[in-house]
Amino acid sequence: MLSRTASELYWMARYLERAENTARMMDVAFTVSMMPDTNVAQEELSAQLKISGSYDFYRAHYEEINTHNVMHFFSLDENNPSSIYNCISYARDNAKSVRGKISSETWEAINVSWIELQAIKKKGKIWEVNAFFDWVKERSHVFRGSVYSTGLRNDAFRFIRLGTFLERAGNTARILDVKNQIIRHEQETESIEYYRWNAVLRSLGAYEAYREIYGDKITPEHVAELLILRKEVPRSIRACLEEINDILAAIEGEVGKSPKRLAAVQYSRVKYGDSHHIFVEIGLHEYLTDFLNRINAIAESIHSAYMEAV
Amino acid sequence: MDFKYSAEGLFDEMFSHESKCRDHYQGYQQWLQAMSSDQFQQKQREADLLFHRLGITFNVYGEDAGTERLIPFDTVPRIIPSEEWANVQKGVKQRVSALNQFLYDIYHDKNIIKDGLIPEEQVFANEQYQPCMQGIDLPNNIYTHIAGVDLIKDDKGDYYVLEDNLRTPSGVSYMLENRKMMMRLFPELFSKHSVASIDHYPSLLLKTLKDSTPISSPNVVVLTPGRFNSAYFEHAFLAQQMGVELVEGRDLFVKGSYVYMRTTHGPVRVDVIYRRVDDEFLDPLTFNSGSMLGVAGLTSVYREGNVILANAIGTGVADDKSIYPYVPDMIRYYLKEEPILNNVPTWQCRKPEDLAYTLDNLADLVVKEVHGAGGYGMLIGPKATPKEIETFRLQIIKDPSNYIAQPTLSLSSSPTFINDGLAPRHIDLRPFLLTGAESHLVPGGLTRVALKEGSLVVNSSQGGGTKDTWVLEGATC
Repeated sequence: MLSRTASELYWMARYLERAENTARMMDVAFTVSMMPDTNVAQEELSAQLKISGSYDFYRAHYEEINTHNVMHFFSLDENNPSSIYNCISYARDNAKSVRGKISSETWEAINVSWIELQAIKKKGKIWEVNAFFDWVKERSHVFRGSVYSTGLRNDAFRFIRLGTFLERAGNTARILDVKNQIIRHEQETESIEYYRWNAVLRSLGAYEAYREIYGDKITPEHVAELLILRKEVPRSIRACLEEINDILAAIEGEVGKSPKRLAAVQYSRVKYGDSHHIFVEIGLHEYLTDFLNRINAIAESIHSAYMEAV
Repeated sequence: MDFKYSAEGLFDEMFSHESKCRDHYQGYQQWLQAMSSDQFQQKQREADLLFHRLGITFNVYGEDAGTERLIPFDTVPRIIPSEEWANVQKGVKQRVSALNQFLYDIYHDKNIIKDGLIPEEQVFANEQYQPCMQGIDLPNNIYTHIAGVDLIKDDKGDYYVLEDNLRTPSGVSYMLENRKMMMRLFPELFSKHSVASIDHYPSLLLKTLKDSTPISSPNVVVLTPGRFNSAYFEHAFLAQQMGVELVEGRDLFVKGSYVYMRTTHGPVRVDVIYRRVDDEFLDPLTFNSGSMLGVAGLTSVYREGNVILANAIGTGVADDKSIYPYVPDMIRYYLKEEPILNNVPTWQCRKPEDLAYTLDNLADLVVKEVHGAGGYGMLIGPKATPKEIETFRLQIIKDPSNYIAQPTLSLSSSPTFINDGLAPRHIDLRPFLLTGAESHLVPGGLTRVALKEGSLVVNSSQGGGTKDTWVLEGATC
């Protein structure tokens, strides 16, 4: 496959995953920001800006951190490179460049998202906030479903899936890290803490999984364990790394030894990791920071092995 | 659908002068009468929506740069009876064969010039003439692997060639997509009528490209300027249909005497490039040095015979409007045959007597720039205001050799769905000829339609639409 094609497929999937992750987080943040306690609302909105790494950029463009501004910033703001609007537009540009390499149904899934988004953008703002984020999630499901059920199992399929899981792994780690820091710094009532962890689980679609595995009581340790170490949770770091490791191993050829090695090492670290090691010996924040560095190294190595000019 | 339809003064494809439906449209008309105008409108909307969803669009340059537009699609097919098609097929093959021989000749012995049929300066001073092609031998001496010939009918129903397209003719994807759309919207029509199939075009194209090189199982790619190009959809479509890579200039590089593409498995050699990039941008070392679209060193690999370009470099000189008037003579000269398709009589303003005639008759003539394309830079005398004519007159006087003039041919009309009924609109036809070891003309082509009432400009950049083109396998539906 052309190096450029691999890169466009990979980024197409990353941008769509990013749009979905943003929608998931904002959906929950919107609900939390409606709580009567204004401090909590404020903290929640700031947290979103920190998770996405766009806090300073936001402050340069908006005076006030309020629900309306933050929702606009993450949904339709063309100035924000990681707004849902931009992510879907970039993904559609990538898809257009490689439309011959994806199934016509996958192309149509992305193109229709883009067409509908244009119509939403024309209205100037999102009126039904939750409905909009549901729409983004739904379009993301349509995209992934079409890839999974109509895509040839070849390297194109693998680079698309690589993009999805690399983006997802980083996202899960960032959410955990930021939420964990806020919660530890605040003197909070148990109910608010419960609310926050609940929000993390919901935004990652892992609330039911938590209930199933750990029961009623929500503790930070269990949430982190679920989202880092449990292989049956699809957005957990372990599940993502297992996919990344398998996908890279399936790409034939000699050029990818470095990303393959890095991914295999990192997969083993998570697979054989345990909560005592993470929480007591290292500390969650340190663990996640280290993980984010490693996942970035894997991404860079994929780039230089497969996607950059020979 | 009952419709009042009057194509008075025009040659209409469906109705004769006595408003009688022509034989080859009889079956279609019966079907049409059973359709209501509402049903038809509904189908038309469905087509627009589908084209939009599928992203079958073209990119707009100029003012609205960056936007994507649909080419309006008209659901009334243009029907051609088999006998008429046989003549078109023979005529197009004859013409392109002569043009190929002309290209070989002017890049080798130049006999046609030595024999005085075409003035030297018309060829060698032409910007499209590429000196780097002199003395280069191409496999089977083929220059124009893919050709599109624009045909129109005059008010008597006779075919005329309006233009030869020998560089990177586009539109074939719309031919294919229009048929797919018609079969989706009106499947019943195709079970009743014996319409010749066109969907083997991509495999014929691939075969033509593979045949263009002596290498067995060559690596074929489509070279596109990128997704901002107006015909990008077509480039991606053809690459996908042929199952070959769609590359941009930056995906290719030259090393040693070969062209390679950059892949996830390392460099892979490329043998045949179906290039949809103009000569000028192909190789910054040979042509436009500022080009980011091309591949440095491509021309030298090409000249060594280590890669095939389709079409060849330097074909533009043969489809230039300044060479057009000589094509009938070329056919007689190279093939010793009489031309089957008519040429439109042409006055070359570079000749003083032709210039005088042109200036005296501007109100009746169509005047075109010699190197113009896309329906820009032209004057349609009968449709122009006196002021426009005077402005154009000054332009011609300033630079006569830049213009040719032709009588205004009225273009045949075809019923077209406008608002809520059928109305006559002018059409042309671009069939696509593939030349490899043998030549193939897929039975059909792109019918373009001028949607504005009375307009003769069918170009999609100027409000033209397209229709499905049916070549019947028998005399009638």
